[in-house]
Amino acid sequence: MRAADVATASFLMILGTVVLVEAIRLGFRWGPDGPQSGFFPFWLAVVVILHSAAILVRSLRKRSTEPFATRDQLYRVLTVAWPAAAMVLFTHFIGLYVAAALYLAFYMRLVGRHSWVATFGLSLAIPLATFVVFEKWFLVPLPKGPLEAWLGY
Amino acid sequence: MGIENILLGFHVAITPYNLMVAVIGIALGTVIGVLPGLGGANGVAILLPLTFRMPPTSAIILLTSLYWGALFGGAITSVLFNIPGEPWSVATTFDGYPLARQGKGAQALTAAFTSSFVGALFATLLITLFAPLLANLALRFGPPEFFAIQMLTFSSFVGLGGSDPLKSIVSIALGFILAAVGLDIVTGQLRLTFGLTPLMTGFDFIVAVIGLFGIGEILLSVEEGLKFEGARTKLNARVVLETWKELGRYWRTFLRGCFIGFWMGFKPGGATPASFMSYAFARRASKHPENFGKGELEGVVAPETAAHAAGVAAMLPMITLGIPGSPTAAVMFGGLIIWGLQPGPMLFKEQPEFVWGLIASMYTGNLIGVLMVLAFVPFFAAILRIPFAILTPFIVVICAIGSYAVHNNMIDVWYMILFGVVGYVFKKLHYPLAPLVLALVLGDMAESALRQSLIMSQGSLLIFLRRPIAAAISLLALFFFVLPAINTWRRARPPRIAEVSGDSSA
Repeated sequence: MRAADVATASFLMILGTVVLVEAIRLGFRWGPDGPQSGFFPFWLAVVVILHSAAILVRSLRKRSTEPFATRDQLYRVLTVAWPAAAMVLFTHFIGLYVAAALYLAFYMRLVGRHSWVATFGLSLAIPLATFVVFEKWFLVPLPKGPLEAWLGY
Repeated sequence: MGIENILLGFHVAITPYNLMVAVIGIALGTVIGVLPGLGGANGVAILLPLTFRMPPTSAIILLTSLYWGALFGGAITSVLFNIPGEPWSVATTFDGYPLARQGKGAQALTAAFTSSFVGALFATLLITLFAPLLANLALRFGPPEFFAIQMLTFSSFVGLGGSDPLKSIVSIALGFILAAVGLDIVTGQLRLTFGLTPLMTGFDFIVAVIGLFGIGEILLSVEEGLKFEGARTKLNARVVLETWKELGRYWRTFLRGCFIGFWMGFKPGGATPASFMSYAFARRASKHPENFGKGELEGVVAPETAAHAAGVAAMLPMITLGIPGSPTAAVMFGGLIIWGLQPGPMLFKEQPEFVWGLIASMYTGNLIGVLMVLAFVPFFAAILRIPFAILTPFIVVICAIGSYAVHNNMIDVWYMILFGVVGYVFKKLHYPLAPLVLALVLGDMAESALRQSLIMSQGSLLIFLRRPIAAAISLLALFFFVLPAINTWRRARPPRIAEVSGDSSA
């Protein structure tokens, strides 16, 4: 927990510095018609840097043996996070419906160990229902890929 | 002012279409409130794109009904599954779950729903009375007053929010920085884009809400490896009537909860502390304080009344001052702008059907809500028995669709994933998320109010102290900002109850 706190505070200090540099580039003083563009970001960056520094110092002085997440916990989080990112990546190429079907099937089969029947049934039914609700009822077009094009949408 | 306004409101809210919208909203909202990872704020955010084509009044009725539904749904999971769906439901589990395990789940749920209804009704009554007065006062506000109120909003997260004050301030500043990315609305200059095209449009707060609260929450719940094991319950008319008879005895607790909830609730982040405070007061006033925590019906009544009164009261500053009091209100606030309305005091003058329709729908929505949840509890509870391996990817897919639909842009879905990871890390390290979202929503307005004020005064910050209303609000804000420092200085801080619950996420 301590390491994660230190890392986050350090990251926020770097982020604050980046914003500070940009604010100085934009100008943070009084312009011809009032405060310049960098005025607000400048002071925000100062606030972030100072307070993150205080958090950093405080967590460095604290002792803690509690880990940020155990190996098991991290594994469970990653089984959701990585496939979700993969789904978003695939959406660029095969559309959201097919990518969602693959993601549902992957998670249900590998994590939930559901039967193939349930896996197939639900990972087809959910994207289909989504299609009806969004494309037909609410007329909100979602990303489509070659399959939908082949089917004429 | 007076009766004809609210009659106009009911005229709008009771049309068959708007009643249907309310029923749909409450049903969806209750489902969202029951599901892990989908709370009020991101439920409203995901549905927002679907309302773009609706008339604004129906759209706001849909979203507020969703919010009431989510509040009711939170009570179901707290009582039957010991899972507080929202931070302000934590106190409800103290006595609700023991009651459910003793086989009195039906009584506990009836008490919870009834208290929610009473709290909401009370807060709506006060809104009906005070909103026009507050809006009238706010009409005279200039940029310095608005900036002062915004600072008061954020200072109450620092001084009263219960989270780590240093981390609260960092969250607020980060939210403002994210809001500044893109076009500077005053000078038209590009800021913080570093030459990257995707950054030019800035970060949409709807995507941030879905990522931080939706994906972040899902990651947290899979980490805990939740298995839902709930108490079963049968709710029938006889139990409901018997419980209502018993509840009459607790009128003092109801009244206290209403006042605490409203008082805490119109300030940001108030629902969670309000529920704990109301619970603590009820225990102190009780003749049998030792029964609290073991299954005392009064221990369900107290936090639920206060939490709902606070949840409804959070709408007051949004419609009168144009400042949302909670992340959910913030998303609705964003909706108002998208529908072409200017949130704030002018609404009462320019859009009376909208404002009064909204207020009237708070009455109808909560009434429909309490009847619906009483009738369909087993159905809503059954949702949590759906296997986790189906719910999790389903919720992720719904979040992705919601983020995409905001601008029909894939980059927003990537931002959602990014915000999801940030939400997960921040939540684990106790950086509060609610102030970050509020700062992201209010960023542009706060910045232009500040810059306009400084232009008025030729650069002197003293303008916030020279005008009487601004001065009073600024000094109060300043007091809340330094309150944690004063507390640390006075004594080594004993742990506060609100810290148990983290930040409020609706």
